[in-house]
Amino acid sequence: MPETTETTPAATTPATTAADTAATATAAGPVTPAGTATPEREKARSLWSDAWHDLSRKPMFYVSGLLILFLVVIAIWPGAIASGNPLACDLSKSQMGPTSGHPFGFDTQGCDVYTRTVYGARASVSVGIFSTVGVAVLGSLLGGLAGFFGGWWDAVLSRISDIFFGIPILLGGVVFLSVVKGGTVTTVSAFMILLGWPQIARIARGAVITAKQQDYVQAAKALGASNTRMLLRHIAPNALAPIIVVATIALGTYISLEATLSFLGVGLKPPAVSWGIDISQASDQIRNAPHMLLWPAGALSITVLAFIMLGDAVRDALDPKLR
Amino acid sequence: MGRYVIRRLLQMVPVFIGTTFLIFVMVYALGDPVAAMFGDRAPDPATAAQIRHAMYLDHSLPAQYVHYMKQIFTGNFGTAATGQPVTELMGSAFPVTIRLTLVAFAIEAVAGIGLGLLAGMRRGRFADTGVLAFTLLVVAVPTFVTGYVLQYFLGVKWHVANPAVAEGAPIGDLILPGLVLAAVSLAYVARLTRTSVAENARADYVRTAVAKGLPKRRVVTVHLLRNSLIPVVTFLGTDIGGLMAGAVVTERIFNIHGVGYQLYQGILRQNPPTVVGFVTILVIIFLAANLLVDLLYAVLDPRIRYA
Amino acid sequence: MTATDTMAGAPAPATATAPLLEVRDLHVEFHTRDGVARAVNGVNYSVNAGETLAVLGESGSGKSVTAQAIMGILDMPPGRIPQGEILFQGQDMLKMSAEARRKIRGRKIAMIFQDALSSLNPVLSVGYQLGEMFRVHQGLSRKAAKARSIELMDRVRIPGARARVNDYPHQFSGGMRQRIMIAMALALEPDLIIADEPTTALDVTVQAQVMDLLAELQRESTMGLILITHDLGVVADVADKIAVMYAGRIVENAPVHEIYRQPAHPYTKGLLQSIPRVDRKGQELYAIKGLPPNLLHVPAGCAFNPRCPMAQDVCRTDVPPLHTVGAGRGSACHFWKETLGD
Repeated sequence: MPETTETTPAATTPATTAADTAATATAAGPVTPAGTATPEREKARSLWSDAWHDLSRKPMFYVSGLLILFLVVIAIWPGAIASGNPLACDLSKSQMGPTSGHPFGFDTQGCDVYTRTVYGARASVSVGIFSTVGVAVLGSLLGGLAGFFGGWWDAVLSRISDIFFGIPILLGGVVFLSVVKGGTVTTVSAFMILLGWPQIARIARGAVITAKQQDYVQAAKALGASNTRMLLRHIAPNALAPIIVVATIALGTYISLEATLSFLGVGLKPPAVSWGIDISQASDQIRNAPHMLLWPAGALSITVLAFIMLGDAVRDALDPKLR
Repeated sequence: MGRYVIRRLLQMVPVFIGTTFLIFVMVYALGDPVAAMFGDRAPDPATAAQIRHAMYLDHSLPAQYVHYMKQIFTGNFGTAATGQPVTELMGSAFPVTIRLTLVAFAIEAVAGIGLGLLAGMRRGRFADTGVLAFTLLVVAVPTFVTGYVLQYFLGVKWHVANPAVAEGAPIGDLILPGLVLAAVSLAYVARLTRTSVAENARADYVRTAVAKGLPKRRVVTVHLLRNSLIPVVTFLGTDIGGLMAGAVVTERIFNIHGVGYQLYQGILRQNPPTVVGFVTILVIIFLAANLLVDLLYAVLDPRIRYA
Repeated sequence: MTATDTMAGAPAPATATAPLLEVRDLHVEFHTRDGVARAVNGVNYSVNAGETLAVLGESGSGKSVTAQAIMGILDMPPGRIPQGEILFQGQDMLKMSAEARRKIRGRKIAMIFQDALSSLNPVLSVGYQLGEMFRVHQGLSRKAAKARSIELMDRVRIPGARARVNDYPHQFSGGMRQRIMIAMALALEPDLIIADEPTTALDVTVQAQVMDLLAELQRESTMGLILITHDLGVVADVADKIAVMYAGRIVENAPVHEIYRQPAHPYTKGLLQSIPRVDRKGQELYAIKGLPPNLLHVPAGCAFNPRCPMAQDVCRTDVPPLHTVGAGRGSACHFWKETLGD
């Protein structure tokens, strides 16, 4: 029920925007020459369309975008490029090098490294995406409300986020996950959301406070715009850009963190298939069978790189200060 | 300035209580330390109750927390799984980790700021692109992968560095682990410095400094760098805690018996006094570093000092 | 090495009759993503010792870019000087080495910027920033430089200079900050000062004080002054001559009183008419219609033609040359005679 009331203003917003712009344009038409109306309209659509324009010219954006698309596809449907079973292992083939049909060789348990590397994408990508979406939603909700309403709500929330900031995330992960003993995608993501939200909350809070002080938002308030309308129409679009930038970059670090926690033996646990686990098992054998380390480590690094590159490209596009 | 310090100290108190309480809850409330002691065997209920009473576990959680904190402030951190007092473990572990952290911190600050300055001053040119690509790569490859790869090549194959750290952790042996520990932060410092330098290079006061006829070196070091380093110093300070936490991974790779190792043992053996004790000290170090950053910030930026 | 030697060794006597600074056919362009912006298109002007030249124009007219080119503080790239000469005491500064130019900056030519708050380094005390001039250029000790800084602050009439020398820029009021900028420019008694909109960021009453100070300081010496402004009201009392710029060109230059009496370019005329005057109280204030041109797409012919009440066909095709209107006067208008006659 509350959802319907929430979505109504949001759904009508684009229509109102278009109507408003049209009205301004026609009203301005007869008074000033057409030439003066154009730059104003250009300004109004600048941030997002400029950002898109900027992105569409960046090779880095396409490279990372395609890589991520590929990763998401094999995370959903690993069978598409790997016919084997990641858990079907044959101890007699322990640590064997590449053979026909097994291009990456075998690990200590005699499992096919290629199949395991492909199946490992699922854990990494899902932890990354679940954590980021959770952190972004929770963080921007709490931070945005704190920034918008201020007062005691803001004070309490800021202190709470200070407390969560007081725990280095890797340390918290080791303690929390070793106690919870779950070791599933859900528990790992839940932990990251628990410790990750203050990062986004701070940014959202700052962005909302900045946006709130803008003259046009003050003007809207003076003209009697409702809180909901101000948040959705004026403040959210401005606060969104920095949140998107930070969230995209964070996605890469969450994937890296999942692998690190799994490596330490507190994240995902066998029989789950994860690059972190495979790297951990391969690390003792680096002198005998470096291929066991190479493939999952390479896949992990490329995945993190893709998300960080995307985040970088998005930041460059959305942050006009660095133009 | 004095009032500023006191205000910051007072602000730290609730954060300290909140953070340690959170850790305490995680360890004592979510796991059952008594059950852990007995491993897979179910303990005799009477014995369990006795132990619970001895460990103060039969009280409410806040009461347990207050009790624990009281003991900590009298220097009693409890006993580790090996039967040694936790303080004894700390006495051997912290000096090693602090040395490792300092080596990493020095590498991070010097190389990070140097690379960032180089890139920021030559924005868009080859040096800039090179530094950016390098930092991307370093951030993307997880620390434990970098660690094993460097250990394998530098230590095992080419014999450039010692692949494991000798007893007592001499500084020479800590350079490779320090580099591994610093790698990701170094990349962040370089990127942050680059952005900050590039932004400040366009500032009006830099233009003024040029218009004053100052030599380029002076414009860069006195005017540009000093202003650009303000955000970098903040990052460096808050990162001290991150480095000490990251030591959990690095110490495992290089087999260093520091804080990370002891913490890891505490977790493996499910010994709450070890875990909570070490984490509490780390949180204190982390908060102290943050306070130091705030003070340094005020020294660097007079606008805050007189606000 | 030789450049610095000749700089030091070519004192005023040899070039006494030549202007202190002469800009000849200067062009500056900026390469942007959307094309080349020609910010300055063949500007000529000169300043003599002891003289004040006011350069007038809207933002984007190229007045500040010209000044930055003279100072040698243009960002290059994206800026570029494809053509022109900037003669200072008879020498083309564009041909000098970077080191020789640096030694002129601050010592022989100094600049005052518009926004003193952002132009002063926020994390260094004003005493340090003033003293830096003496320490770098004259090799003075920290202590001696500080004493000189206090003298300077006294000279620009900052009250309590001795007590305030260790304060930071944000602790001063806008007017006081601008005085510090002026003190910094005066520090080494340069031959030429370029003031780029020195009073724009200030309150009206403070504006007058700062202008008076500048005028007074200049009267005491033989220093030349280039005063860049968009405010015709400011210049009347201070300037000896005026150059009016539009879209990177000088459209009119003249001794200051003649231009007020009888402008020879429709743009100057428009500017003069748009100053509010007590004797025309109650009447509608005149405004030049339209907007300043986009430097990426400057109109063909006379750049002012879309906004000019007198524009004819010729104005849309031919760029008007600078016609000689009288002694020391020029107007880049095809219809300067008609404009004068109005």
